[in-house]
Amino acid sequence: MTGLFYIFVAPGLLFVLTISLLAAWYDRKITARLQWRQGPPLYQPLADIIKLFSKETFVPEGGGKWLFLLAPLLSFSAVLISSTILGVSNLDISEGFIGDLIVVVYLLSIPSLSLVLAGSASRNPLSALGASREMKLVLAYELPFLIAIFALLVKVRSFMLGDLISYQAATGWLGVSLSGFMAFVVILVVCQAKLGNVPFDIAEAEQEIMAGPLLEYSGGPLALFRLSRTMLYYALPVFLITLFWGGFQMGSIDVVLAGAAKYVIILTTMVLIKDTAPRLRIDQAVRFFWGPWTMLALLSLVLAIVGR
Amino acid sequence: MNIIKWSRKKSVSVFHLGASACNNCDIEILDLLTPRHDIERLGITLVGSPRHADLLLVSGVVNRQSLERFKLVYEQVPRPKLVVAVGVCACSGDMFRDSYNYVKPVDEIIPVDVYVPGCPPKPEAIIAGVIKAINK
Repeated sequence: MTGLFYIFVAPGLLFVLTISLLAAWYDRKITARLQWRQGPPLYQPLADIIKLFSKETFVPEGGGKWLFLLAPLLSFSAVLISSTILGVSNLDISEGFIGDLIVVVYLLSIPSLSLVLAGSASRNPLSALGASREMKLVLAYELPFLIAIFALLVKVRSFMLGDLISYQAATGWLGVSLSGFMAFVVILVVCQAKLGNVPFDIAEAEQEIMAGPLLEYSGGPLALFRLSRTMLYYALPVFLITLFWGGFQMGSIDVVLAGAAKYVIILTTMVLIKDTAPRLRIDQAVRFFWGPWTMLALLSLVLAIVGR
Repeated sequence: MNIIKWSRKKSVSVFHLGASACNNCDIEILDLLTPRHDIERLGITLVGSPRHADLLLVSGVVNRQSLERFKLVYEQVPRPKLVVAVGVCACSGDMFRDSYNYVKPVDEIIPVDVYVPGCPPKPEAIIAGVIKAINK
């Protein structure tokens, strides 16, 4: 019963939906203010989602029907479960299980993979192009991402999120040390690619291939894809906080207050990167991730082994 | 039911369907995205795919080449859908009425909810037309 409560109410569905819809509004409002516009009202993301659920759903003729309808569900549930695991181990350090860090890392790559599935099942050349770009992007950013996480594991010597948090509570934030800070920067930029944000919105590239893999989607499935992307706006900052900034707690300050402050800082950084960067080409993105970014991650790994 | 009606009024995705317009109306439509008019504050966004849209902004006259494609794009919009004809060409055919390439006015091809005349109409008029279509 507590498991179901975790997934559907407290650090799970209801809580994550509230936070992430607010985060989506925050994102759009900041973007609008930066462009000297007024921006949407607070309820806008909620109205968008409800409207999409109430609309007709098309399935493209000749496409993979079941894959087409299952891909958004897969993406949504993966983000939901990963953010539940992150929330639970932040609230109660002893609640985790061995290897939950690995599970979260895997679950966070499923939204991108289900975009690839969606694009391939759509039977639309532009969607297929988007899917192929997304595939290349996943191949590109997973390498520095995993190396940067290894740099942390060298220090903590545990695969449990709870151990990461208690380690940081004892010896200070991992993101403050030299290797930790480099790994933090690497993963922050990788998170932009995972979110499909500028400069890595190559797969969706509105101006070239309209909406990429989402081109053929309408109604409920589209709403699920939008929701899982907004929920990544909760999961990825919390992931970064857990790994580098010592989880939600901070000394004697209230857990909720400290967690919210850290979350807003990371979210704002992500939105600012998104609003001030131009889009890269896919070959530039792959070269960027496999070149300087992998080097930076490797350097951080070496420094972590040396003990910096 | 009420919350669905509310969400449909507060969130409108617009697809801009240019039926061989002279680009004059299209530029005025792009004006809606600029800081002066900022339609996002009203919950209106421009989308790139007709399948994501709730409302079609039609500009220009439909010619023989684009007639079939025009119908296809209309059918691709998921129900419930609205159509706003922007500019006097889309409303009536205007000066292209006697052209060899002219087929028939837009409202004889697809149902049109609101007409916004003008050559081109002011951005304020387009916003007013969209709001009228939503509240219909």
